Amino acid sequence: MSDPDGRVPVRKTYKLYVGGAFPRSESGRTYEVTSARGQFLANAALASRKDARDAVVAARKAVPGWSGATAYNRGQVLYRVAEMLEGRRAQFVAEVADAEGLKPRPAADVVDAAIDRWVWYAGWSDKIHQVQGSSNPVAGPYFDFSVPEPTGVVAVVAPPDSSLLGLVSVVAPVVVTGNTAVVVASEERPLPAITLAEVLATSDLPGGVVNLLTGRAAEIAPWLASHMDVNAIDLAGITDQELATELEAAAAENLKRVVRPPADTPEWAPDPGLDRMLAFLETKTVWHPVGI
Amino acid sequence: MGFEYAPAPESSSIVDIAPSYGLYIGGEMIDPIDGTRFKTVNPATEAVLSEVAAAGPEDVDRAVAAARAAYNDRWSRLPARARGKYLYRIARILQERSRELAVLETIDNGKPIRESRDVDLPLVAAHFFYYAGWADKLDHAGFGPDPRPLGVAAQVIPWNFPLLMLAWKIAPALACGNTVVLKPAETTPLTALAFADICRQADLPPGVVNIVTGAGDTGRALVEHPGVDKVAFTGSTEVGRQIARSVAGSRKKVTLELGGKAANIVFDDAPLDQAVEGIVNGIFFNQGHVCCAGSRLLVQESIVDDLLDHLKHRLGTIRLGDPLDKNTDIGAINSPEQLARIRELSSVGEAEGAERWSPPCDLPERGYWFPPTLFTGVSQAHRIAREEIFGPVLSVLTFRTPAEALEKANNTPYGLSAGVWTEKGSRILWMAQRLRAGVVWANTFNRFDPTSPFGGYKESGYGREGGRHGLEAYLDV
Repeated sequence: MSDPDGRVPVRKTYKLYVGGAFPRSESGRTYEVTSARGQFLANAALASRKDARDAVVAARKAVPGWSGATAYNRGQVLYRVAEMLEGRRAQFVAEVADAEGLKPRPAADVVDAAIDRWVWYAGWSDKIHQVQGSSNPVAGPYFDFSVPEPTGVVAVVAPPDSSLLGLVSVVAPVVVTGNTAVVVASEERPLPAITLAEVLATSDLPGGVVNLLTGRAAEIAPWLASHMDVNAIDLAGITDQELATELEAAAAENLKRVVRPPADTPEWAPDPGLDRMLAFLETKTVWHPVGI
Repeated sequence: MGFEYAPAPESSSIVDIAPSYGLYIGGEMIDPIDGTRFKTVNPATEAVLSEVAAAGPEDVDRAVAAARAAYNDRWSRLPARARGKYLYRIARILQERSRELAVLETIDNGKPIRESRDVDLPLVAAHFFYYAGWADKLDHAGFGPDPRPLGVAAQVIPWNFPLLMLAWKIAPALACGNTVVLKPAETTPLTALAFADICRQADLPPGVVNIVTGAGDTGRALVEHPGVDKVAFTGSTEVGRQIARSVAGSRKKVTLELGGKAANIVFDDAPLDQAVEGIVNGIFFNQGHVCCAGSRLLVQESIVDDLLDHLKHRLGTIRLGDPLDKNTDIGAINSPEQLARIRELSSVGEAEGAERWSPPCDLPERGYWFPPTLFTGVSQAHRIAREEIFGPVLSVLTFRTPAEALEKANNTPYGLSAGVWTEKGSRILWMAQRLRAGVVWANTFNRFDPTSPFGGYKESGYGREGGRHGLEAYLDV
């Protein structure tokens, strides 16, 4: 196809996003992605077990730097993501419209909500400690306080339907507090996720903090659920109850923190609350004697 | 070396142990359906104390049904303030009967009376007192307006702090408006059964608290019961894993407080005498039957000889023996099974090349005993540096730099607790930030308080007990 003036547009190759780079799947596999109306959009990488494991390695490597960054810094990086997303608004509106079969106006609403969600979570980076932490009045001469800390590497199966807003709503709460993520994008609607990875790559987010895989959730998620160097898993995008049960049982091997799939298809537009941040935070309590 | 002490036994006449006990279900003590019973013994004498019911699946059914009925008909309809007042009553009765309960705990568990009297029982009462106050303040706890209870909680607790673990489970559950079925450990059921009597004295509505005694099968039937909404477990990581697997695919909320292999890190500038006291308290408190015990001592290389001299000298003054004696520091190992495990891992320690040391120490002829034991020359690969021994056995390792201390401390799948000893404040905070553990004790060890959240990272489990954080485990949030 060509534009009315005869120019042939340059198409994009959609790849994975691992450790800050955009590799193809090591398996060499791709799958055809179509629009909601069935038109060919692109060939996306069909990630393998090896890709998932590489992504975990990259995510683990990024933990010390990202969790050790100041909350102020993480907040600025997330805000920068919102800025970059805003700059590419038109592109995302087109991709979300294609992926979800939306008309331009509702697609724009979705993109705006996704941008605003980054801003919302950006602001939490240096506030969640004060909301969730405490000083504890123990019955003795001790100073005792509790602080939230990131769990570590979190695997996230993104929602199948909401290709951008749903994705942002499960990724931002994981990384804002200092965790790193391995994300399995929506299987049928992966293109906005890969374009989001381009935004992340240009937002001062250190490589490896968010790693994005495209492909079959049923193939990749079991490797993440049973991976001994993954600390937690969010099953938001698992709709098959039997698979969800298998994944939760596999996650028990190293006592991963598990967020079960929602009982009903969630609404992503309303205020998300703190649940998804708290699910991937540990509480550390420190005691010290008081004396002279 | 050392002083001679005259025996100073606490009188056990204050306790009245029945020859047999039933199950506490729906406010009554009832016999198990199939009539099976097992014995509970005093681990310091091997004397049989009583026969206790082994609850089968049908008994568990009855207990869950009683808890459900109490939840629907009574407890969830009570004003929050009334729930709180029941908990205050329980706290007061625990204080009134604390000497009796301390003696009973020591007889059934083997822990020194000094610990059950001065640590366990005061904390038990304090825990109920603390959560009693939360019952009518949940709207202000940070979980949104009007947070709802979950329903029926299945609670399975270990034998190392029987009544204290009961308090950690039951107090927040009831404060949040849940009803409970609790299973005490097989070897230490008596204080939980005494608690049933406290519920009677407090006039707690029947079925709000149910106690089912038994072993692992009873626990499994309880946590896998489809009628429970919440599972809370304290115990081994292995059983915790099985529970996490068994609730997969359900809507049960789960909190797990599991094993540990805590590093207790001593820097060269630490006040030596205080650190030695902290090390002793860290690993020999409660015979080392403590999930957060400081079982890996990491000592800065430049002071290791000096510190070991002091430590060995101090261990020479430790008194092991009759748990009811008020001068006893180390009591009996809780069960022959646990004693066998401690012995096995200690011989593995020797076989793998670590050097074993114990102070001269006469062990009583009857009962289950293990002397305080140090291993030096331990490497990170040794099983005694990796596996939870759950006994009075300390593995000593060394380090040169803070970074190396941190690396070694975090080199474990567990993450329950850690200790840091140094006079340098900035180093304490630097270490505390980087230790992957739920509780960090700096220049102290093994401190507990109802206001202070407790729980693990990594394979030490998830969820917190204590403090405002501990409410979340029992609320639908």
